[in-house]
Amino acid sequence: MVGENKWYLKAFAIVVLIFGILYAGFPVLWMFLNSFKPNARIFAWPPVWISEKFSLDAYMEIFKDPEKVRYFINSYLIAFVVVVLTIIVSILAAYSFSRFDYPGKKIVNTLIVSVQAVPPIVLLIPYLSLIVTFRLHNTYGALILTYMLLTLSYAIIMMTGYFNTLPKELDEAVMIDGGSRFRALWQILVPLATPGLLAVGMYTFMLSWNEYLFALALTKTNDVRTVPVGISLLMGQHAYEWNQMMAMSVLGSLPILVLFLFFQRYFIAGMTSGAVKH
Amino acid sequence: MNTNSINMRKPDSPTLRKKTEPYLYLLPTLLLMCVLLIIPIIMVIRYSFYDNVIINKNPVFVGLENFKLIFENSTFVVAVKNTAVFVGGSIVFHMILGLAFAVVLNTKYLHRRTKAVSRVLLALPWMFTASVIAILWKMMMNPNGVINYLLSVANLGGSHIEWLASRDFALFSITLINIWAGYPFYMVSLLAGLQGIPNDLHEAAAIDGANVSQRFFRVTLPQLKPIIISLVMLDFVWTIQQFALIWMTTGGGPINATEMMSTFIYKLGFSKYEYAQASASAVILLVVCTIVAIFYVRHQRGQE
Repeated sequence: MVGENKWYLKAFAIVVLIFGILYAGFPVLWMFLNSFKPNARIFAWPPVWISEKFSLDAYMEIFKDPEKVRYFINSYLIAFVVVVLTIIVSILAAYSFSRFDYPGKKIVNTLIVSVQAVPPIVLLIPYLSLIVTFRLHNTYGALILTYMLLTLSYAIIMMTGYFNTLPKELDEAVMIDGGSRFRALWQILVPLATPGLLAVGMYTFMLSWNEYLFALALTKTNDVRTVPVGISLLMGQHAYEWNQMMAMSVLGSLPILVLFLFFQRYFIAGMTSGAVKH
Repeated sequence: MNTNSINMRKPDSPTLRKKTEPYLYLLPTLLLMCVLLIIPIIMVIRYSFYDNVIINKNPVFVGLENFKLIFENSTFVVAVKNTAVFVGGSIVFHMILGLAFAVVLNTKYLHRRTKAVSRVLLALPWMFTASVIAILWKMMMNPNGVINYLLSVANLGGSHIEWLASRDFALFSITLINIWAGYPFYMVSLLAGLQGIPNDLHEAAAIDGANVSQRFFRVTLPQLKPIIISLVMLDFVWTIQQFALIWMTTGGGPINATEMMSTFIYKLGFSKYEYAQASASAVILLVVCTIVAIFYVRHQRGQE
């Protein structure tokens, strides 16, 4: 049995854990605490943990500013559309990979896997002229299409894996009853692949919510800009309003934190299956 | 195909439809990838061989001139060096921290609930987007910020260090920030790997008299090897193209102290409008990433 209960191993584990939690958690805690302070107290020396003037003013300032609210609306809207579209398109492609054999399948498959290796900055220069040609500059459409491209390959690989675990007899049963392949896919396979869908959705939401480079380069006005760009613009604006920047950061991180807490299993499955092969 | 599928076919459906069906399912994906991936890659490679692209309507073919200019550009050389330090430091410390935390989260010495809560807390940095991480660490690394205060309390380091604004510290500082931002992915992946190691391997090693560290190096690490290799390659491709974090903390400065391949390309293209040279350096980055990706895909296929 491996069970020699060595006290020093336990002590070592606890020390590592405490160090780790402080290391990971302190910056996050500091962000929360500073979002409740008046701006003048942010760099107090020695630092104050909780200011005597504890207030929600920084948050109120953000809610009162229609431009900042707009960043959030844009981010939610774009992320929602990207999640829905990526899921639909990836289901179709994954179904093709999982249930058919045809010439060219391997080439397309390799192409899809290799997308993940293309650094976004490489695409950025041609995108500028391309997006202008399509009259998509400074629109939601440009960002939605870009994020679909960035998430699709991963979503397809993941969904193909899920479909491969479902026996082909399932769709054949539907087709013998006179149903079409298409019906077999949407009524039988898709509902059975719900865990995969959740994982894909989580990954896609996180990527669209967090993306910065394209959101910065493909937008020009505040009515289409997203939260990450909004936060970075605060850094340039007026005299640094640190408390507002922290409040905005808290609000901008909330959706991901909530998803992580409630769907931890799918979240982790969605984010790590690239490195972990089962 | 087999007789079964022929029998099932409705009499009125032509074979052509059968043959095109899988391609129809692929159509939206292929369309998107052609227009937004393949065409742009061809465009950027073409741009890299021309002069004055985008701005000039009739660019001139200049062969490898752009690449020559890039390799002679001293800022590019600095950017490559900085990127190497940034990527190398990030990968090494992501691995050390990720592995240490994963092992602790997998020990039998701690209560199950302690481990569950700790796992969430240790994964925290993963939840934040680059602009939040940038702004948060800028605040903490401010000369009057909390990091300098903690150091002064601990009697380490003097006063008011300019972590991000001094040439001596900036590269070190953004690497530190990136280490914080990136280790949870390693931790969670390695934890999944650790949980997949069959318990009897450890027990057999223990019966043979192997101590804890021998078991770690002879049993655990070899079992994790495939995941470790995947992680290093993925992290390499992600970190070499890291832009957002650098752009929002130092912007590549002070002077060139934290200039990376990504910020170098961005500045060439979007503030100097040297699209041809920016394309050439983007192609260099693409080639490096493609080589790593080929190894990655081979590695993944080999595991199947």
